[in-house]
Amino acid sequence: MKEYLEGSQAIAKTVALCRPGVISAYPITPQTHIPENLAEMVAKGELKAEFVNVESEHSAASCCLGASATGVRAYTSTSSQGLLYMLEVIFNIAGLRLPLVLTCANRAVSAPINIWNDQQDSLTARDTGWIQFYAETIQEAVDLHLQAYRLSEDKRILLPVMVNLDGYILTHGYEVVDIPEQELVDKFLPPYQLDYKLDPENPLTLGVLAGPDYYLETRYAIQKTMEEVLKIIPEIGEEFFKVFGRKSGGLVEGYFLEGAEKVIVAMGSVCGTIKETIDELRNEKERVGLLKIITYRPFPQEEIYQALKDIKEIAVLEKAVSLGGFGPLYTEIKALFAGKKESPKVSGFIAGLGGRDITKGSLKTVFEKLSGRQTDCEFMDLNLSPNSQR
Amino acid sequence: MEKGFLKEVRIHARAGQGAITTASLLGDAFFEEGKFAYAFPHFGAARMGAPMNAFVRISERPVRLRSQVYNPDYLLIVDPSLVMGFDVFKGFKEEGIALINSEEDFPIPEMKKSQKVFFIPANKIAQEIMGRPLGNTALLGAFCAITGLVKLESLLKAINKRFSGKIAQQNIETARRGFEYLKSTSRR
Repeated sequence: MKEYLEGSQAIAKTVALCRPGVISAYPITPQTHIPENLAEMVAKGELKAEFVNVESEHSAASCCLGASATGVRAYTSTSSQGLLYMLEVIFNIAGLRLPLVLTCANRAVSAPINIWNDQQDSLTARDTGWIQFYAETIQEAVDLHLQAYRLSEDKRILLPVMVNLDGYILTHGYEVVDIPEQELVDKFLPPYQLDYKLDPENPLTLGVLAGPDYYLETRYAIQKTMEEVLKIIPEIGEEFFKVFGRKSGGLVEGYFLEGAEKVIVAMGSVCGTIKETIDELRNEKERVGLLKIITYRPFPQEEIYQALKDIKEIAVLEKAVSLGGFGPLYTEIKALFAGKKESPKVSGFIAGLGGRDITKGSLKTVFEKLSGRQTDCEFMDLNLSPNSQR
Repeated sequence: MEKGFLKEVRIHARAGQGAITTASLLGDAFFEEGKFAYAFPHFGAARMGAPMNAFVRISERPVRLRSQVYNPDYLLIVDPSLVMGFDVFKGFKEEGIALINSEEDFPIPEMKKSQKVFFIPANKIAQEIMGRPLGNTALLGAFCAITGLVKLESLLKAINKRFSGKIAQQNIETARRGFEYLKSTSRR
């Protein structure tokens, strides 16, 4: 049913439709409204789940790890410092091959303290073995959560999924959202069943010591599974379309790529602003386009290569930076074209850190800059005074 | 460019004065009429009482633009004290309409002839009806009256969805009074 909802409320309703048995989360802005809404549903008896109150994000993640290992569908959400505090457990959940869905309401990291949006938090967790999705709209975030559970629990995969949505912009924004019927969700998402789980009747150990003889193979196994994930995501997308009648999610999405000369590559809500900017520039006969990355981990290198190989000028626009290096996405896109004939000119731009607004004006400047010399890591919209070096 | 019409509303308030609720009620009223609205907040400092904005971007199709509102068609000033310390009229559109929550007129920067500014005793109306100076829904009622963009009935439906019982009734009454206040031609 179409409703007018706050992003966090839409996510909470969607998670409830997925019938989690255990929810554990610790409040942190801008994620808090999600667990608040879920806690209320549990308290009112609308959702039959155990809401476990904890003293930290580390415990919230641990609690979900335990639940998932015993064969119970679990859910958690966090942001920024909360995700960083979880990180030790985040690696463990993937290493144990446990299905779980976590919502990250993307926010800048300290210091200085900043509660506003960028994507440094989840990008810092890119090497953990989690699948990562980035949503452009609240609707897409809703749909990605449904697909995330399905994917995570697929017996061919058994890996956790992080669904990212931009803090405030999507978590605190209100939009028209189509929240699916319970019946359809049940059809799409069968009950969670784990073949190997912690069970007193059939004792087993998970995550035992793996010495030099075995550890390498466990990492290789995740790497191989990630390759499978790239094939299974479109498959699940097709099934999602069959059940809900809507195409949503996937690996990447192109916007006016055909015949484009200049293309921005980006992730998350800024893609909407980029689409608006492209429409305006197309009216002025500018051949510009967008490649939106929806699945960041596993990295859909073939799809990205095919989408970009004939483009002359590419801008990778990121809300995160590997300080002392480049934007993380820039590095990977650049690497795709290394050693290839007639590769595009790829430039890197950092924008929107700590909630700095990204306007159509900034994006037009990015497109303009593509005509100039190649740049590796240019910070957009800087406001520097002579004395503000540190 | 957004096809059809695109209107942008900027709300000026202090954190805790209900600006987000105000923005979401307005967005929901447009949703009731089959339109699309993206309502969202922007906090300056993250504390109660600090100046903050909420925005509503309204269109006939889903709103994709995620940046803040810099050239508002409409301004809703929930806290009139903000007119003194801040340039609330920054970027105000040529044909813009501003609604200020104040019982008495007070000096404001000179406006262009095409721009309209109305003082609405929204808090006074709310105080009379609910015993609390929460004039947000009166301002929204006035918005319906002066812009004609959205029906009062749609706003009342949105209020009914958001609140229940006595609070819903009081806010509906407050919205109606705000609407009627601007409908009375003597104020034009």
